[in-house]
Amino acid sequence: MTKEAIIAALKTIIKPYSEETIVLETLSENTDFIKDLKINSANLVDIVLDVEEKFGIEIDNDSMAKMLTVQATIDVIQSKLGNNAGE
Amino acid sequence: MNSTRVVITGLGVCAPNGTDIASFTHAIKNGISGITQQTDLERFGFSCQIAGKPKLSDERIAQYFSPLELRNLNSTGIVYGVIAGLDAWKDAGLEKSADDEPDWDSGTIFGTGTSGIDKFRWAINKIDDMEIRKIGSSVVIQTMASGVSAFLSGKIGLGNQISTNSSACATGAESILLAFERIKSGKAKRMLAGSTSDSGPYIWGGFDAMKVCTFKHNHEPEKGSRPLSATASGFVPGSGAGAMVLETLESALARGAKIYAEILGGELNSGGQRGLGTMTAPNPQAVQRCIKNAIQNAGIRADEIEAINGHLTATTKDALEIENWKMALNATAENFPYINSLKGMVGHCISAAGSIESVAAVLQLTHGFIFPNINCEDLNPEITALINENRIPQKLFNKPIEIVAKASFGFGDVNVCVIFKKYNHD
Repeated sequence: MTKEAIIAALKTIIKPYSEETIVLETLSENTDFIKDLKINSANLVDIVLDVEEKFGIEIDNDSMAKMLTVQATIDVIQSKLGNNAGE
Repeated sequence: MNSTRVVITGLGVCAPNGTDIASFTHAIKNGISGITQQTDLERFGFSCQIAGKPKLSDERIAQYFSPLELRNLNSTGIVYGVIAGLDAWKDAGLEKSADDEPDWDSGTIFGTGTSGIDKFRWAINKIDDMEIRKIGSSVVIQTMASGVSAFLSGKIGLGNQISTNSSACATGAESILLAFERIKSGKAKRMLAGSTSDSGPYIWGGFDAMKVCTFKHNHEPEKGSRPLSATASGFVPGSGAGAMVLETLESALARGAKIYAEILGGELNSGGQRGLGTMTAPNPQAVQRCIKNAIQNAGIRADEIEAINGHLTATTKDALEIENWKMALNATAENFPYINSLKGMVGHCISAAGSIESVAAVLQLTHGFIFPNINCEDLNPEITALINENRIPQKLFNKPIEIVAKASFGFGDVNVCVIFKKYNHD
């Protein structure tokens, strides 16, 4: 899946968790969930669950801990999708 | 204690027979029942298949919670408590605090018995199904007992004491008294006091299994809750929330707030499950002592109480409660105060009973009426042997009243009595 497609999907997933609408509109791989989108850290776990459901993947604790930016999230999603495809 | 006077400047309610103050006032004046048949209780084979549950539309709930909060919200008690609490705050003419600093002078004591019992069930099932990692971040905040006070304080921006009390069916009256004492002690200017109780089979099931609920009125829900009646056969479970803003008189006058009533004082105690008291039965000595001390703490005489808002659940204990009031007040059958029970209309709202009923008691003082007792056309002869029938109004009685005593009693042999007085504007 392309980076652009993942970013588009992430925008939809993240929307309910952030009130920073302008940042959300211009979401890029450099966007930080807490610093830029002001997402409550307790909700990061919910975003991970939504990502799992959307992409049909399972994200382990180590990967989850890395998912603080859009770039890191894209990396995790692409790597999991790659792993799944190889199975 | 000092000479600080504490008044009520805002009311909110989410009751089975009215989910805002205007509709609730109309309902209690007209004896309108909020008890309905519950298909889920029927499906689960409950003995009692009727209950009192506030009727709320999704649109109404969406006015109080963000879309994100609504997403996984499965705690009826938090929904009821937040609606009643925010309504009371708004009714008092108070604003939410600014984004950068809380209101240090205002807090909340908002009680409950359980929190988010449906949410808890969902989480337990997930864990049992080996899906712990899928329960997300919304379980703790909805199932911690203090969830309701935490939601309220965050929405308003309260910076004083934020706490949830719990004392079974005395919870709601206790929250008011604890908030009163916080203000009296000089540690807060305003307190949002109230309590809430979840709806549904998982909260009511335990009572049904104890056989303390009626099973004789499943075909006629509005007739089912019968406090003071000869045919009272157990309580009808209820749910909801009641809330009031308590404030120093000084603060209320300074900001030109409307004043519903004054709280003169009260008392809480326990029978220690000694004497006739047990986990589930009240020790009469303790009940009488609680009422007497409440009167003393309020600085009034027993004969100044014009109306009692009783606990009166519609069990065999109703006659004992009347006897306790009569002894505590040293009253005769003739001069016993008027007495009513809201439970005939809303059922027994468990941890929310004391707060919803206190809202009703305060409305009586503000507007000068005594709401009718319903479903006791066949008064219990044990009760009419103690007090005259005309002490138990069965029709709306328009009459200015000065002082109402409200009491609630709970499992664990705990008692609370609060004395409310009409506020006479100069």
